[in-house]
Amino acid sequence: MSLTNRSKVVSNKKFSFLESLYLPAIFHGMFITLSHLFKKKTTVRYPEVKRPFSPVYRGLHVLKRDDEGRERCTACGLCAVACPAEAITMVAGERQPGEEKLYREEKYAKVYEINMLRCIFCGFCEEACPKEAIFLTDRLVPSQTEREDFIFGKDKLVEPVDQRVDVSKRQSQKVLDFKKDKNQRHNS
Amino acid sequence: MQVTIDNITIEVPEGTTILQAARMIGGDVVPPAMCYFSKLKGSGGKCRTCLVRVAKSSEKDPRPMPKLVASCSTPVQHGMVVENSTSQEVLDTRKSIVEFLLINHPLDCPVCDQAGECDLQNLSYEHGIEATRYEEGRREFPQIDIGENIKLHMNRCILCYRCVYAINQLTDGRVHGVLYRGDASEISTFIKNSVDNEFSGNVIDVCPVGALTDRTFRFKSRVWFLKPMDAHRDCPTCSGKTVLWMHGNEIYRVTSRKDQYAEVEEFICNECRFEKKDVNDWVVEGPRKIDKKSVISANHYEMLKKAAVINPVKKVIVKESEK
Repeated sequence: MSLTNRSKVVSNKKFSFLESLYLPAIFHGMFITLSHLFKKKTTVRYPEVKRPFSPVYRGLHVLKRDDEGRERCTACGLCAVACPAEAITMVAGERQPGEEKLYREEKYAKVYEINMLRCIFCGFCEEACPKEAIFLTDRLVPSQTEREDFIFGKDKLVEPVDQRVDVSKRQSQKVLDFKKDKNQRHNS
Repeated sequence: MQVTIDNITIEVPEGTTILQAARMIGGDVVPPAMCYFSKLKGSGGKCRTCLVRVAKSSEKDPRPMPKLVASCSTPVQHGMVVENSTSQEVLDTRKSIVEFLLINHPLDCPVCDQAGECDLQNLSYEHGIEATRYEEGRREFPQIDIGENIKLHMNRCILCYRCVYAINQLTDGRVHGVLYRGDASEISTFIKNSVDNEFSGNVIDVCPVGALTDRTFRFKSRVWFLKPMDAHRDCPTCSGKTVLWMHGNEIYRVTSRKDQYAEVEEFICNECRFEKKDVNDWVVEGPRKIDKKSVISANHYEMLKKAAVINPVKKVIVKESEK
């Protein structure tokens, strides 16, 4: 009894004269190769051509700023404790007088690092974040040649003030409504 | 004296309060308490989270009590029947009490150092609701440093008076208390005096919320990234039995040991708490047992239990004797 129908009985019978020439088999094989030249290609020429992404694709992270350009992250550590791969580490700092325009709350992340080799892009960090600070975007993590280059610090994660990353498609209406609720202190 | 709490009957000595009797039974029967602290005389009766329904006052007077009573300050009577989690009225009231406690609470848990071991956080998670209906502005106070090592965030305070009792009863001389009345009342020292005596650091441990926090630990780490270890040292002023919150070989902070009701087992002195941050100062006994449901246990893959369950040396000896 066989589990599949693809088993073949191996025989030891002698090749005929035509088979021992190998030529028909070679031409048959080359015809298959040649025919692939004219078939539609399955790959695209990345990065010139990009495939369409799902709006909820989970790629490279971004640390968001609020409408006034202040960093939203307060280094609460919930993303790091939610992370199943333990890819996130952070060091918190206290906001000094005069830095109110840089950081939203009295505590901020002095160091925030994600090890992209450890990250499995599950999106638990964005789900855990109480401050709407971290999001996974539809961008890809660029390839690197050194392992150290895959540890992304704040320089690569925080969005620049003039090049905002749009994540509105990733938030449900419920979340957007919640963010407008002035009864929640962190929205005020 | 016999008392029945949630259909469980127990014999207790005279003068026991309902809360103490419930703690003798243990488990889900125990009402939560924010202000009551068994080691501080006079505490309790302020936060109202421990309200229970007395269905039968005593054997002599079987009528129910007209209103819910605070279990921390109501003594047991013979034949009393108490309902805690079996009464819907109690659960509904407790939910409202949590909402009351949160009216002026800033809910800045992502910033607060107490998050992860906060009684108010646990209480609102278990009994409360996610959102607040309160629309008016909250009370706001500037942050004050009382002494070199303690930070007072009056915004987070729920006015449980535990710290006031702790200072009054552990040390001589009253240095801080509650100023003003009603909505305006605040914990304070007399004109920004500092609280500095040997046992003043214990106000951090008795505080059920993040109103009084350790300045030497301020924003250093989150409690769930640290490993709590039981440790002791020869201390001339206190028992020296503490919990070290460590990351690798580094001690981030030192606290006293707390039991399952978040009450301090033995008060420790300021020298142990704030100055001994070197591993060589301490004799480390082993990992502290933390409730599995607590966020502090998160991401610790190894079981938190006392070391050396299997003794490898013994194993080798057995093998050699077999040969």
